[in-house]
Amino acid sequence: MHNRRVANFTPVSALIGGALIGISASLLLWLNGRIAGVSGIVHGALRERGHWRWLFLAGLVAGAGAWLWLAPPAFVPRTGYSLPLVLLAGVLVGFGTAQGGGCTSGHGVCGISRLSVRSIAATLTFLLTGMISVFVVRHLFGVAS
Amino acid sequence: MTHAGAKNASALAAGLLFGLGLAISQMVNPEKVLDFLDVSGNWDPSLALVMAGAVGVAMLAFWFVLKRKQPLFDDEFHLPRLTKVDRRLLVGSAIFGLGWGIGGYCPGPGIAALSTGSLEALVFVAGMAVGSAMYRRLAAPR
Repeated sequence: MHNRRVANFTPVSALIGGALIGISASLLLWLNGRIAGVSGIVHGALRERGHWRWLFLAGLVAGAGAWLWLAPPAFVPRTGYSLPLVLLAGVLVGFGTAQGGGCTSGHGVCGISRLSVRSIAATLTFLLTGMISVFVVRHLFGVAS
Repeated sequence: MTHAGAKNASALAAGLLFGLGLAISQMVNPEKVLDFLDVSGNWDPSLALVMAGAVGVAMLAFWFVLKRKQPLFDDEFHLPRLTKVDRRLLVGSAIFGLGWGIGGYCPGPGIAALSTGSLEALVFVAGMAVGSAMYRRLAAPR
């Protein structure tokens, strides 16, 4: 049988994309003195007035959209996955990142880059519960995606 | 250009680069993210390399940037003030991880995936706004 493991791994595009994210975070800190933590920016945008957060989020959508429009799509967007599950996922992510003060970008990228012990602890925690969560959803309940 | 204008322009530019990075690395595809978290299935290590690439660049750049007295367009660096690993941090991060594993979206890719026109990305982002408001209303320390 064909080995899916090798077919799925995309190291070059992962490193290039990751480096761009690192450049973005570095620019935002250097120019504006802000941490490029997407959950923090979302919570702030919902709470406070001010344009820079909304502009960052608009850029996020436009930047991703521009690439998907220019390059031949490397994947087909998932359809048919349970929408109630996606909604639950969103609520948990919104609540958890508000309580934990960050997500994959704020803690995972920016926090680790500053060698913040809090961010390292947070990242290890959400990686662990993320893996447990996938195991339960995919393998115990057999929800396909 | 005034500082306010410069700040807005750089936030937009940073967002564009961030979104570009998420699309190139395919992190806007929730199935690819789930394949990374699914260590007992067909494991796809790509997400680890996205993180490594981002941290590699940012760690070096932050070191230079934070030696400056202030950012270019602001009077101060707005860095997190908390330093203690406490219950709130760990419980919140654990809840976030659960949601991440259910949907395959964390905040950045979830919002960036709105650009694919996918209905579930919209549902996810709406859920995230609800979760954020719930925390503010019910659980935030006052």
